[in-house]
This record gives sequence, structure tokens and C-alpha cells, in this order.
Amino acid sequence: MIGPLAGVLFDGFAYGMLLFLLSVGLSVTLGMMNFINLAHCSFAMLGGYVAVTLMNRFGWPFFATLPAAFLAAAAASVILERTLFRRLYRASELDQCLLTIGIVFMSVAAAAYAYGTVQQPVQLPDYLRGAVSLRGVNLAAYRLFLVGAAAAITLVLVAALEWTPFGAQVRAAVDNPRMARGLGINVDRAFAITFALGSGLAGLGGALAIAIVGLDPAFAFTYLVYVLIVVSVGGLGTVGGSFAAAALLGISDVAGKYYVPELGSFLIYLVMLGLLMWRPAGLFGRR
Amino acid sequence: MVTTPVLATRGLNKRFGSLVAASEIDFELPSGVRYALVGPNGAGKTTLINLVTGMLRPDAGQILLGNEDITSLKPHERVKHGLARTFQINTLFPHLSALEAVTLAVCERRGHSRTWWRSLPDYREAIDEAYGILASLRLGDDCYRLTRELAYGQQRLLEISLALATKPKVLLLDEPAAGVPRDESAALFGAISRLSQQITVLFIEHDMDIVFRFASRVIVMVGGRVLVEGTPEEIATDPRVREVYLGKQRRG
Amino acid sequence: MATVGPDPVAAPQRHLEAQTRWRPIETAFWVAAATPLLLLPSYLQLASQVAVAALFALSLDLILGYAGIVSLGHAAFFGVGAYGAGIISKYGWGEPLSGLLIAASLAGATGYAASFVIARFRHLALIMITLGMGLLLHEAANSASWLTGGADGLQGVRIWPLFGAFKFDLYGYTAYTYSLVVLFLLFLVARRLVHSPFGLSLRGIRENPLRMPAVGAPSRAHIRKIYTISAVAAGAAGALLAQTTSTVSLEVLSFQRSADVLVILILGGAGRLYGGVLGAIVYLVARDQFSGINPQYWYFWIGMLLVLVVTFLPNGILGGFAQLTASWRRGSW
Repeated sequence: MIGPLAGVLFDGFAYGMLLFLLSVGLSVTLGMMNFINLAHCSFAMLGGYVAVTLMNRFGWPFFATLPAAFLAAAAASVILERTLFRRLYRASELDQCLLTIGIVFMSVAAAAYAYGTVQQPVQLPDYLRGAVSLRGVNLAAYRLFLVGAAAAITLVLVAALEWTPFGAQVRAAVDNPRMARGLGINVDRAFAITFALGSGLAGLGGALAIAIVGLDPAFAFTYLVYVLIVVSVGGLGTVGGSFAAAALLGISDVAGKYYVPELGSFLIYLVMLGLLMWRPAGLFGRR
Repeated sequence: MVTTPVLATRGLNKRFGSLVAASEIDFELPSGVRYALVGPNGAGKTTLINLVTGMLRPDAGQILLGNEDITSLKPHERVKHGLARTFQINTLFPHLSALEAVTLAVCERRGHSRTWWRSLPDYREAIDEAYGILASLRLGDDCYRLTRELAYGQQRLLEISLALATKPKVLLLDEPAAGVPRDESAALFGAISRLSQQITVLFIEHDMDIVFRFASRVIVMVGGRVLVEGTPEEIATDPRVREVYLGKQRRG
Repeated sequence: MATVGPDPVAAPQRHLEAQTRWRPIETAFWVAAATPLLLLPSYLQLASQVAVAALFALSLDLILGYAGIVSLGHAAFFGVGAYGAGIISKYGWGEPLSGLLIAASLAGATGYAASFVIARFRHLALIMITLGMGLLLHEAANSASWLTGGADGLQGVRIWPLFGAFKFDLYGYTAYTYSLVVLFLLFLVARRLVHSPFGLSLRGIRENPLRMPAVGAPSRAHIRKIYTISAVAAGAAGALLAQTTSTVSLEVLSFQRSADVLVILILGGAGRLYGGVLGAIVYLVARDQFSGINPQYWYFWIGMLLVLVVTFLPNGILGGFAQLTASWRRGSW
């Protein structure tokens, strides 16, 4: 009885870690600039397609594609931020939603045009396939890798936020942008860098997602919903909040689909609605 | 015979974490007076107005409007009981004309805002009342212009018009002349002083000349507390007030 | 007693009245809307779709353009209306008018219930809640396949002839006349509402939600009211679709539908009453013209359109017109 539960918990947690990587960038940038970037998962999708192309067309090893995915997504986000997004920092929420939804539409169509609508195949290195057995519970090697990678990244993020001067700037800007500006912090530049980092992480998440949930042009939309749930439930501008919400969501989703498959995603949406009504600023949010 | 003050607070307290925004605030406004609320920046003056109007919930204390305890009433309910305020930063309706904005407030007061099947122009009395308020504040000629197109000084007057449209018994003005040049602010306060004696006014102000000219009594707040209360002359000569405003100079 | 010159005291009222007057171009528009029946019979099915989309967009305009509520899940009420009308007919009652009334009321009841939640939130939480509600309803309809037919769509929708005489056939005359009349009637209601004191208060909520309680306005009660009315109109649009096409699929509850109506409204211009209608005409006619292209590529152009509209034409087509005529009147090009 413990066996399947532990397995479900582990799988759910691993899935949650993937969601965390996909979401943390959006949470922090939303907290900093209140800019609703619904195209966040387009960057994730870009990272995924870059990784796939490098692996399948150019024969790159799996691990080498990961930083490439990160960089490609970060670069794309810098371009979009410079040209389009920064005009809308003071625009209405509706305008921000519409512009970024437009980008999502374009990215989905472009992906379908370039790669077709089929799922992309991915070749994992041998040591990441198969499973490790721990006390009778089967832990898939890839998921272990995912959890490890996410944990490492989380530690780096938290350390950077707490102990580096740049991290202090980011925290100040999330807390109170006006006061941060008054203290001489270049909030716009801090935001641009954070935006690039967050989008890069999303791209990395996209590349890592292929082996677990697959990659097709609808990715930008499908995972947008989950990312938005994580961000609004976890609270804006908080790494810890995103971590908790992502883990919660991942476990609920996997457990729900395992134990009550007829409900599908219904449970997730219900949980989200309930949590938002109880705490509109998110579990760890401040506004 | 003891007349009930038209507005009173008892033991009002509010903290934000470790920041004490309001501590044991007790004050009373008798009917018909013009009081000034002064104090350095960060003293908690706007916070007090937010607490009294219901935009902030106090940690402890009571707010009384006449004989009624309004501490648990929602902000819009307090307005219906006769308590109105203006904002330090213009909080207006940018794409509505001045006439539409004041008519909106008048219709809300008269209960017309529940009707969705009759046309707005049918409510001649409400529109005339709105126009009357605007005209009394010298905004009659520009009333058809969009709020965002009005001059800043006119927008400050529109702020007051909106508050007057609710037919308040108590009017709380948060720095009504903020950002308005000297000569215009005198005119603005002239308009305020011409308000009916049936309205009791408390205004936040930094300019002591204006306070002297228009207030019968002054409440001084510092660090979330009421420091002292008295006539403008008493306050001007009070050593504690001088220290608060001039204390830094002495150390120099 | 002859009046000499205009009465200055009545000027403010007359000014406000001038804004509510029925303009000749509006009459021309509605008369023109009837012409497809005579001149373009082969396009009547498309015209029906336009009428349905226009009504749906009008319902969204009431909450978005006039009260400032951003909803990413408005298709929920459209879908309730569609499934309501479809299911009623499937179980034996195919009379269109009463079916329309029942379905729209059902959607209104759903909207009323949802409004208690909606009215309490703003900004991102509100957007997420509207999105979540839409997704929830879609999932629920998917799971409840015993009622809705699930992914296969609703089977057995049979609508009786209108007034016992006018069949809903493939020619489309009945469908378009029916849709157009319903659209026009609800449009009149919306027009009345928007020019009422309630409509003015809604615009106040949109312009500055903070100021409203400070003038004594019960914002939440207002929002609940308009949200319910909007849900009724959206449900009516959904019922129209179900009745004129005799099909209902899960698509009526999809995010795609919520996003489409948002695009349509923004394209035409929100808060201008005719924006939804204009946007529906432009969007659906363009989509019909480009129907040869793979639908995915259609969304590429829609995406680009959104980006361009937000960047250059933030008030939609009607807003652009208004700005042009205003600057023309001022003499500045």
C-alpha cells in the first residue's frame, strides 16, 4: 500500500519540480514589475525546440543542449523585452494580456509551421533511462535527475537572492519598486536581467520537460495554465512560494490522475479556485 | 447640555508590522468647525483619514459619527451616513467629463444608480444639482471637458466637488491645495471657507499661513500620536511643536 | 409665450442627452444588417455566425468595456447557454423561443452565482479566477459525457420550426432573421443600460475603482448586477448558436472561444457599444476569406494583429476612428 503512494508522491514531486523551473521566472518578474507575461511558456517551448533540434539534427549530447536551451530562451526574451514589452510596463493589465497572448499565438503557429504538430522525440543518455529501486519504490532515473537539478537551481537562486548585491536589489524591487528607485537602484535594469534569467530558466524547463510530458506546439498554451496556477497560488515575487505551489500542484495532479482519473484536471482547477478565494495574493504573496 | 461631536475617535490604533501608524488617537470634531490637522511627513495624518473613512481597518478603537458607531461599516456605507473625503493625489475619473463625474456621485446618493432602464438625461434634478455644485466651485464653464483635460487646479476643485456631491455632514480634506501654486490655493481655500456651516471640515495642510487663516483649531500629529491640540496661536507658540518642526535645526 | 434663444439652465441636461440620442448612422447600420437576406443569400450562414459572435462580444463589452472586468473565461456562460438550449431540445422540448429564454436564464443564474466571487477580486487574481472558472466548466462538461456527450458533442439536438412555420434549414433565412432580431433586441437593452445612471456608475468603476466607495457607491453590488446581465446575454448567444446550427460541442466552453471573443471586442473597440458588432463582422468575414489556410496559420496572423492593435490602436477600430474624427474636427492632421 505504501509502495504506490510513495511512487505517486515522488512522481508528483518530480513533476512539481519541472513546474517550478517553468514558473519561478514568471513569479519573480510579476512581483517586480507587475507585467503579466502570458508568453512565458513560449520561451519554455523555444528552449524545448532548440534542445530537440540540437540533439536530433546536430547530434549534440543531451546535457549540452540544456545550457543552449537556457541561452536561447534568455536571448529571445531580451529581444522581445527591448522591442515590445518595455512599452507596456505602465499599460493596463488587459493590454499586457492581449499583447502577450498575441505572441503566444504567433509562437504556436510558428512552431507548428517549422516542426509540425507531432510530439518531438528525444534521446536520453543511457544512464538517465531506467529506474533506481529504493526500499521497494521504483524511482525513475530521469525524475531523480530532475529533482536533483531543480534542487540545485533552487539553492543557487535562494543564495543569489540572499547573499549577492544583485539579489538584494531584486528583493528590494519586489518589495517596493518606488522606494527601490528612490534608493538609487536601477529597477529597470534589474528587471531586464531578472526577466532574461527567468525566461532562460523557463527555456531550460522546456528542454527538460520533453522526456516527461512531451513537446508539441500546444506546449505554450497547455503549460501556461499550469504556470499561471503555480504563480497565482504561490504568490508573486517569491521563490519559496513558487516552490511550494509547484510541488503542491504536481503532487495533486499526479495523485488525482492516478486515484480519480475520471475527474481529470477538474481537481486542480477546483483547488486553485479555492486557494485563490481564501488567499487572493497567493499562499506566500504579499499584495 | 453636552452636544455630541459630529465626529469622534476613541483609542484608535493601527500598526504595520513594527511601524506604528496610529497610537491611541482620541479627538472630537464639534459641529460646524474648521479644524486643521498638521504634522511632519509620515506623522500618520493620511492614515488617520483612511482609518476614519474605512479604507483601513484599525487594530483597536472606535469611530463615532454623531451618536453612531461606524467602526464596522464599509467605506461606502460611511459616505451614506454623511462622511466624505478628498484624496491628496487626484483620484478622479479620467475619461468622464466633470459633469458626468459629479452627476455620478449625485445619482449614487439619490439612489438612481440602481436604475438601468431609464436614460440618464431623464434625471433633470440630479444633473442640475451636479451642475450647481460645479458652478459654485467655478467649474461650471468647463464642466463638459474630460477630467483628464482639466488644469491641475481645476482637478483639485473637482476632487472637492465629488465629495460635496455626497451631501456630507463631515468633510475630510487631505491636502486640498497640494501641488497648487500659492495664488490659486488661496482661492481654493476661499471656496472651502464658503462652504455651508452645516458641513464640518477637517483639513490636512502644511502651509501654516493657510492654517492660520482658515482653521479655528489645530491638531498636531507626530509619529502616529496626537502631540497637542489648540488654537492656531497656541500651537504657534507651543515649544513642543517648535521642537518637532525646528528641532533638527537646533542640533546643527 | 415664445422662448427667445436657448434655455441656459437646461444646457447640462441637453449636453448629456445629446450623447444618448439615436444617430442616423446607427439606423443605417441596422437597416444594412438586414440586407443579406435580400442581397447575399449564399452568405446567410456566415451572417448568422456574425450575429451570434456580435451578441457574445456585446455581452463581454458590458463587463469589460464598461465595468473594466477582464475575463478570460466568458465562454463559460456562452457554453451554458448553448448546452442548455441543446439539452432541452434533446429531451423533447424543441421550441426555440422558450428554449432561448430558459437557456439564457440558466446562464444568468450561473453568472449570478459566479458574480459573488468575481466582485471580490481585482488584477491578476481576478484574471486567474475567470480563467479557472472557464477551465473548470470545460472539464466538468468533458467529464459529464452522459449529459453533454463529452468530446463527441451533443447528439440529438432537434429544434422545432419557429412559430411552427419557419424551419431552421440550410438556407439560413430563419437562422439569420432569428439571430439578428435577438441581437437587435438585446442590443437595445444594452444601449439603454449603458446610458442609464447604472451605466454611468459602471464607467466610474472602470475609470477609478478606488474612488467609487468614496462617493458612496456599492461597487460590488453593481458588479454583481452587470455580471449577471452579461451572463444572460452571453447565454442567449450560445443558445442561438445551438439552435441555428443544431450542434453543440465542447468547443463552446473552450479557452479558444474566450480568447476569440476578447480579440473580437478589442479589435472593434471596447466600451463603445458597437465595437463588438464591428469586430465580429471584420473578424469572421476575414476568417471566412482565409478559410482555405490551415487554421493554425490563421492564428499566427491573429497573434500579429493583437500585437499591432495593442501597440498602435489601443482603442480598436472604433477608437481609431474616433481619434481621427476628433483630430479632423480640431483641424489638426
